[in-house]
Amino acid sequence: MSERIKTGDGGIILTNAEDLMNWARLSSLWPMGFGLACCAIEMMATYASHYDLERFGIMPRPSPRQSDVMIVAGTVTFKMADRIRRLYEQMPEPRYVISMGSCSNCGGPYWEHGYHVVKGVDRIIPVDVYVPGCPPRPEALIGGFMKLQEKIRGEHPLAPELFLEMEEKKELVNG
Amino acid sequence: MTFQEIVEIIVSRFEHIKIDTDLKSPQPILIVPVEEIAGICQFLHEDDRLYFDYLACITAIDNGPGLATMEVIYNLTSIPYGHDLMMKAMFPRNTPDQPLPPVPSVTHIWRTADWHEREAFDLMGIDFTGHPDQRRILLPEDWEGHPLRKDYAAQNRYHGIYVKYEDGPKLD
Repeated sequence: MSERIKTGDGGIILTNAEDLMNWARLSSLWPMGFGLACCAIEMMATYASHYDLERFGIMPRPSPRQSDVMIVAGTVTFKMADRIRRLYEQMPEPRYVISMGSCSNCGGPYWEHGYHVVKGVDRIIPVDVYVPGCPPRPEALIGGFMKLQEKIRGEHPLAPELFLEMEEKKELVNG
Repeated sequence: MTFQEIVEIIVSRFEHIKIDTDLKSPQPILIVPVEEIAGICQFLHEDDRLYFDYLACITAIDNGPGLATMEVIYNLTSIPYGHDLMMKAMFPRNTPDQPLPPVPSVTHIWRTADWHEREAFDLMGIDFTGHPDQRRILLPEDWEGHPLRKDYAAQNRYHGIYVKYEDGPKLD
């Protein structure tokens, strides 16, 4: 322990709880560690030392229950669709989805003759950010994460709709 | 051992069976009746001179509703002797109201035929009689139809999801 005297002129940051919470959430986005096809190779390259996603606080988790964001990296087949939906449902809220690559955006090269491919993962789960490319380069995936951070920065997690509704009712009763 | 020598051995063993050859293709083909496949394969596997111990591939072909035939092709190799054989069988194709065309299974001779035959069943709709575990191998269990058939049309929806690109509103 240092013997420093508390003078009161030390660093003080003034902010509101919402901004602080948003900053904390966007600075530790934990994606679910899973990949479906060739996009997953690029995703792994992005995690690895050269592009180093960990500098953004992004590190893959082995369980959907510990994850904030799901990167759908690859071709979503109908056989996989049920599993993806289940994994998404197992993630705690607030949860986000990044659709990585043409296949999961819209079916990609399988859009016409691919009887086995879901034509866009947004047909089964809601998507927050679409990353184009076939496969997207690591820079593009990082760009997708930046977009997601932007989105989180503008959210209002402390004022959920239910809470606002309850407040309104209270006012009606009291007033 | 040359193709001709192999054919002679097979013909001398199966005198009552109609066995053809096709020498025009890059690799000579032995053409046998479909119902004799299991018996001939058993012989090819067990005979000391042939000893085809390795089934490299099973190919299934659909010639479409026009010709109304299908084919299965077996590529065999004898690892100790180093000779190969391509064997083909042709059989009528089923119409939608008929059961799938039956082909005798060779899983009891080569274990590797198990998954090859499951794949042919899954994608082409060939019923391998005597197969110990004939399920779909690639597509989901409850998929409808056999996609590599010439007249295949994909189902409208799978578990509520529209299959075709142009179909259906997006879920939000």
